[in-house]
Amino acid sequence: MRVWLNKQRSLLDFSLSSLSRRRGKTLGMLAVYTAIVFVLASVMLFSHAIRREAATVLAKSPEVLVQRMVAGRHDLIPARHLEAIKGIRGVQSAEGRLWGYLFDPAAAANYTLMVPTNPRIEPGKVVIGDGVVRVRSADPGDLMSFRAHDGSLVQFKVDHAISRESALVSADLFLVAEEDFRRLFGIPAGMFTDLAVSVRNPREVGKIAEKIDAALPDTRIILRDEILRTYESVFDWREGMLLVLLAGSILAFAIFSWEKASGLSAEERREIGILKAVGWETSDVIRLKMLEGLVVSLSAFLVGYLLAYAHVFHLGAGLFEPVLKGWAVLYPKYRLTPFVDELQVATLFFFTVFPYTVATVVPIWRAAIVDPDQVMR
Amino acid sequence: MIHLTDVRKAFNQGKSNEFWALKGIDLTVRAGKVTVFRGPSGSGKTTLLTLVGCLARPTSGRVRLRDRDISGLPERFLTDIRRSTFGFVFQQFNLLKGISAVENVMIPAYPLGRDPKELSERAHALMDSLDIGPKAQSNAEWLSGGEAQRVAIARALINDPEVVIADEPTANLDSERSRQFLGIVETLKQAGKTVLMTSHDPMVCDTAVVDHVVCLRDGQLVESR
Repeated sequence: MRVWLNKQRSLLDFSLSSLSRRRGKTLGMLAVYTAIVFVLASVMLFSHAIRREAATVLAKSPEVLVQRMVAGRHDLIPARHLEAIKGIRGVQSAEGRLWGYLFDPAAAANYTLMVPTNPRIEPGKVVIGDGVVRVRSADPGDLMSFRAHDGSLVQFKVDHAISRESALVSADLFLVAEEDFRRLFGIPAGMFTDLAVSVRNPREVGKIAEKIDAALPDTRIILRDEILRTYESVFDWREGMLLVLLAGSILAFAIFSWEKASGLSAEERREIGILKAVGWETSDVIRLKMLEGLVVSLSAFLVGYLLAYAHVFHLGAGLFEPVLKGWAVLYPKYRLTPFVDELQVATLFFFTVFPYTVATVVPIWRAAIVDPDQVMR
Repeated sequence: MIHLTDVRKAFNQGKSNEFWALKGIDLTVRAGKVTVFRGPSGSGKTTLLTLVGCLARPTSGRVRLRDRDISGLPERFLTDIRRSTFGFVFQQFNLLKGISAVENVMIPAYPLGRDPKELSERAHALMDSLDIGPKAQSNAEWLSGGEAQRVAIARALINDPEVVIADEPTANLDSERSRQFLGIVETLKQAGKTVLMTSHDPMVCDTAVVDHVVCLRDGQLVESR
């Protein structure tokens, strides 16, 4: 065991010294490899974290949403539907929601208007998201006016802004009182945008949705899981698009690194011959070169991954943000919760470290099986 | 110690450029003696040295080390014998550039898994005994021809081999350095080592330390004394 350890230590020492001898080539490879890992890991970390963020946010949303459909389009739903839903066994609670979108010509941005039930907002006041604060430079006490559905002016006094920590979901929020909402859009009392239903037993969601559908045939039922799946698809699609866009440069990097890793210089061939002539076995030479490849690719993997982590979770993923987050006037400013998925790390590790090590070993093996007497010629 | 019986070696066998470097060599190399293979360029000296040193296998014939026939052994076994029995000093010295002289000396011992501290001490002791101790940390490419050769000799001795093989050891040295080299050969002989050299340098062949000169021409043994 001691002999084996000494041997591995000597080989590792020698491989480090070999790498430092070819400093230019080694640093070049390291830089290229780090860049590939950085790009791939950034995309993976960002899209994974944002999907997780969406899932966390949705975890607090109602399990079932009921919307009324008229001629295939979403319409206002009457309050009497609430009673029908509450009568279904297994339904814990049901309440009407009021929400919609308001275009603000002054900021050329769309706000999401909502009427919160807890805490309630006083009539004439508004609570705004971080994005609205930015585009309107609004401070508490400021007045904001909007034209209602009938042309009259509706004025709001800014009560306070929502904390930036929840900006991912609250950047464009504009929270108003129920009376103001109805006045602004001309929605009569007893009508809601949709109904939010909570279910006692999560495993019964599907069954209850079926019952609601049967009781209220003019409605459509949206399950929380379906929304989650939609989010997943959107971010999968964006991640895929970005990777396709980056594929060209990644491929160019890959070809470059393959070329550098697999090409043996005359000097390296000579060295392999010397090592064999002085008593190294073919397997020793391959082990040495594998160690060299591992040192380069592992270092690149670690540095690239750490840089990607810092880029995504500390610097806001500035390089890929526009593509991965989508487009909006009111970009939320937020910091993603760091999350590292082991399987993702393993996948990235396999697709970066493994090919490089193989690319290094194949030509070495071909050179190392040559007779050692070549150094004498 | 080493016995060769009707040894032949062909290069590019079966091709249009087939060439027979050795054409039936019978030879005995005695233990503890200094033997020189002499002959003009292309006579087969170096090829003979590679067969004796287990760097290559003969096309036909037998090579026996003591009583063991090593001519047909697979590469892995030959490597093992080469590592434990032979130390090589190449004509171009073949030191690895970019690393220190002492690291070059230790290279043959790395696959044996020896204790790093002991190995380093032995390498420095060998370099001191060859008067190149102060050059231990110098990179190989900064050494003069004589210094590089002594580093190569230290490297050949690191695994304490029974046989030291040197290919044209004085070809790149001036007369003074050549005399110093022959002095080292004398020391090795006194230490009980068997020394095998190729050379066409009269200074080497005619020196008193040499016990046995084997003359080769066109792949055949023409004279032995």
